[in-house]
Amino acid sequence: MTTAITMINDSPARFVLDPTSERNPSQRQILARPSSLKGLTVGLLDISKARGDVFLDQLERRLVGVGATVKRFRKPTFTKPAPVDLRHEIAISCNVVIEALAD
Amino acid sequence: MADDPSVSVLPNGIHVVVKRDCATCVMVAPLLMQLQSSHGITIYSQDDAVFPVGAQVMHDADLSISWHNNIETVPTVINVIDGVEVDRTVGWLRDEWARLFDLPNIGDGLPSYRPGCGSLSVDPDKVDALRAKFEGSLLVSRRVEIASLEDEMEALFARGWTDGLPVVPPTQERVMRMLSGTSLAPSDIVAIAPPDLVELTVEKIAINAVMAGCLPEYLPWVIAALKAVCTDEFNMHGVLATTMPVGPVIVCSGPGSRAIGMNSGVNVLGQGNRANMTIGRAVQLTIRNVGGGRPGEIDRAAHGMPGKLSFCFAEDEIGSPWTSLAVARGVATDTDAVTVFAGEGPRCVTDQLARDPEQLATSLAATLLTVEHPKLPLAYDAMLVVGPEHARVFGDAGWSRERVIEELHARLQLKGSDIVRGSHGMAEGVLQKYEQLTVSKFRPNGILLVHAGGGAGLFSEIIGGWASGAIGSEPVTQLVTNVGTQ
Repeated sequence: MTTAITMINDSPARFVLDPTSERNPSQRQILARPSSLKGLTVGLLDISKARGDVFLDQLERRLVGVGATVKRFRKPTFTKPAPVDLRHEIAISCNVVIEALAD
Repeated sequence: MADDPSVSVLPNGIHVVVKRDCATCVMVAPLLMQLQSSHGITIYSQDDAVFPVGAQVMHDADLSISWHNNIETVPTVINVIDGVEVDRTVGWLRDEWARLFDLPNIGDGLPSYRPGCGSLSVDPDKVDALRAKFEGSLLVSRRVEIASLEDEMEALFARGWTDGLPVVPPTQERVMRMLSGTSLAPSDIVAIAPPDLVELTVEKIAINAVMAGCLPEYLPWVIAALKAVCTDEFNMHGVLATTMPVGPVIVCSGPGSRAIGMNSGVNVLGQGNRANMTIGRAVQLTIRNVGGGRPGEIDRAAHGMPGKLSFCFAEDEIGSPWTSLAVARGVATDTDAVTVFAGEGPRCVTDQLARDPEQLATSLAATLLTVEHPKLPLAYDAMLVVGPEHARVFGDAGWSRERVIEELHARLQLKGSDIVRGSHGMAEGVLQKYEQLTVSKFRPNGILLVHAGGGAGLFSEIIGGWASGAIGSEPVTQLVTNVGTQ
């Protein structure tokens, strides 16, 4: 693993109440896709299943080969969605996310 | 103790709620020990789990017993018979305790009276969290989580929930506190919000009122204004969709406007007063967030105006020579009401020389003529906010509200030849068929007179309107009701 964000945070979760009519999903919409990955930062999220890192290591080499910068992240457990803090960390430090699922 | 209120219902018997950090509770502690032996009382301690020392104590650590039994003072003694509270006393008052325990000489040696102390369950530092914990399930709005490294102010901007200024994050605690300002239930639907025609609940209004910076006591005013702007007569959809620079102008009347500290005096249309600024802002944020009325989408204003952030003020009724706008529109005297008017930004009428009402009326009329365009009659209403120094000229001459309006109309009768298209070198104007007619600048009820402003300055303000009447917007007056207990 090159980088792993350790999600340790003792502060309580913060919630606000949605002030809208709730007709739109609370998650924001995805951006337009780039034509090339060259020069962009790509986040790879390890969902914490066994040997996922082997696959992601290979993927990282391929992405670096096309000129991308890769940042690696890891979920605490594959059984739960990525924590909001981790999603935020990925959102602010990466240009691109590759959404995929493997087992 | 679980959150389920049912577990907080007291069983039969006599119950005493105390805390160690209370001199009166400490004073009666030995007596409580005796009463536990003689009467089997149940003692609940809010702070120290072993107070009184040696007694059998239930620790009300999460304050659920105190909250659900409305304990405001410690000690509080409650007698429950057949599952119903039949008696209660607070503090130490020998006669009361003697009656409640049927012990004439109870607490011999103690002073006859000592007031109690504040219950932890009403501690200002705790009450919001407790309300959210024990009553928050009333709220049904989606909970949106903010990442711990995310700046919460930025998060609300990023979600598109603000009017361009920062908003107060609408946490459950803050929204519950806001809801204490009204007796309405969070689920009550008070209007259908344009442009998306969404059922507008008190809960959604409270959320947006929190974001706007309102205090709970402003909430009934926000609700009343929203009821008014969401009527078919006011036509908020059209006010949004028009390319003209108008928004709801909210005029507050009645003693409640003074009780919540609204400004009707110096800088009345300006900044600096929390109630004025945030009530109007809450209305606009609600229309934006719940109704979906956002600039560049349904809101198509070519220029807009700064008052679309908030344009809300109070009438100066105390210093006025006239009846209030609300009373003139049919509201009983000394009744709280809001009047909404689709208006543009205000402009000043300066006349520092007129000392008789005729001259002043002529000055005001000359400026009113220019609303939208000097050659466009009948299509627009106007709100005239007369400052106290101008109003005094009328008041001293004995001119009533009706007289002032009548005299203004008399000065605003336009010769058709002056306002037809092309006349005076201006293409704009009315159709040629009006050339031989006299046309009134405003429709009969098209001038709304309000008394407000600082005590120094021979000025009044004109707020031009939008397309008036059934084709556009009618002013709407709405009573302010369902004020909460807070």
